[in-house]
Amino acid sequence: MATRGFVGRRSGSDETGRLPPGQFLESGFPVLSAGPTPRINTEDWSFTLKNGIRPVKSWSWAEFNALPQSKMTRDIHCVTTWSKFDTAWEGVLIEDILGDAFIEPPTGFTLAHSYDGYTTNVPTADLVGGRAMVALRYEGKPITPDHGGPARLLVPHLYFWKSAKWVNGLQFTEKDELGFWELRGYHRYGDPWREQRYTND
Amino acid sequence: MRWQNATVTQIVRRSPTVISFFFRLPEFIPFIAGQHVSVRLTAPDGYRAQRSYSIASAPETTDHIELAIEKLENGEVSPFFHEVVEVGDEIELSEPIGGHFIWRVEDDGPMLLVGGGSGVVPFLSMARQRALVGSTAPMLLLFSARTRRDLLFMDELDRLRGRGDGFGMVATLTREEMPPAGVSKGRIDAGIIAGSLARLPGKPRRIYICGSNPFVENAAQLAIDAGIEPAMIATERYGL
Repeated sequence: MATRGFVGRRSGSDETGRLPPGQFLESGFPVLSAGPTPRINTEDWSFTLKNGIRPVKSWSWAEFNALPQSKMTRDIHCVTTWSKFDTAWEGVLIEDILGDAFIEPPTGFTLAHSYDGYTTNVPTADLVGGRAMVALRYEGKPITPDHGGPARLLVPHLYFWKSAKWVNGLQFTEKDELGFWELRGYHRYGDPWREQRYTND
Repeated sequence: MRWQNATVTQIVRRSPTVISFFFRLPEFIPFIAGQHVSVRLTAPDGYRAQRSYSIASAPETTDHIELAIEKLENGEVSPFFHEVVEVGDEIELSEPIGGHFIWRVEDDGPMLLVGGGSGVVPFLSMARQRALVGSTAPMLLLFSARTRRDLLFMDELDRLRGRGDGFGMVATLTREEMPPAGVSKGRIDAGIIAGSLARLPGKPRRIYICGSNPFVENAAQLAIDAGIEPAMIATERYGL
């Protein structure tokens, strides 16, 4: 059913096929989060890889920055319907983190953890193969605190709530354990191209 | 996600930039104060635009839901509401969404609500519900707006304050040379946060902050500086 009088303000880039259904193109970079921006000092920062409850390896800020650094320029899509094209990130690919810990992914499910207690679940397969990283830099500069700095997860092919801000660990889990928003009405997987915004979409 | 064609039954201007739209739903879906709904507009060729708006009405008023929509100058959906939508129009609304920025009567208090401009909207739902069910949970609303004309819902909030049942309000105006009696001047700062916290009978169980991102960030950091646990602070950031 069409809405009376609505035409819409279409972005020209719509025609490139890069905008998933129900999204609009945003030039700014909106900030959304469920709580206050945590205060994180890189001297105290650490990142921990866990298999279940067992810690596999932890890195300090200096150690993490010494891991191979990769670049990813991707379109990102927020569930609140804005998308932003060509965002340029730099950080450590998840397979490079696993490689430094000398492990293969032990399970098919991963839960990302953040400094503010936030969690989000991502299938392990979506984190490897060059599809995801722990980003340390955005547009050539350290990521600002409100955008998730000093480090945020970047899983650009899923809705952006999966790209956990202030990430401090990845945990492999035996089964798919829902994260913060996934327990509060948002979709388990969150594919923007299938418009998986809410639990039953 | 469930969508329904809701009918606009009433349109009320709340401030120079905010208009309330009242909707009648074919089927009222229960919601929790603080939740939002998505609005979906469809062009004749199938193009769609979707945005979320906080619910202003109380969960108890099941004959309508009220959305108070601020007009964003470069927006796509809010200008359409302000300029085109009329009583009788049908608009697609989603079921209520959001399991985080919410208050249930049994959550009790004390609680501090900090709203910037149209960020006060979800707090109307909470305050209205609290009054409708006769809750005496201590609730203090700290409301920041630009000018006195931007203090939306002020008459109603004054009436709620006048009930003397534990609902209080502190208002501050950032762009008003001579604020009305009882209203402060300037942005929310450490003094206003401390003063608001002091008006609650105890440490708040929860602080809710809603508004633009800079507004929310400023208020949240001030609350943390005032000794509030970050985990007690729920934020909702507007801006699209």
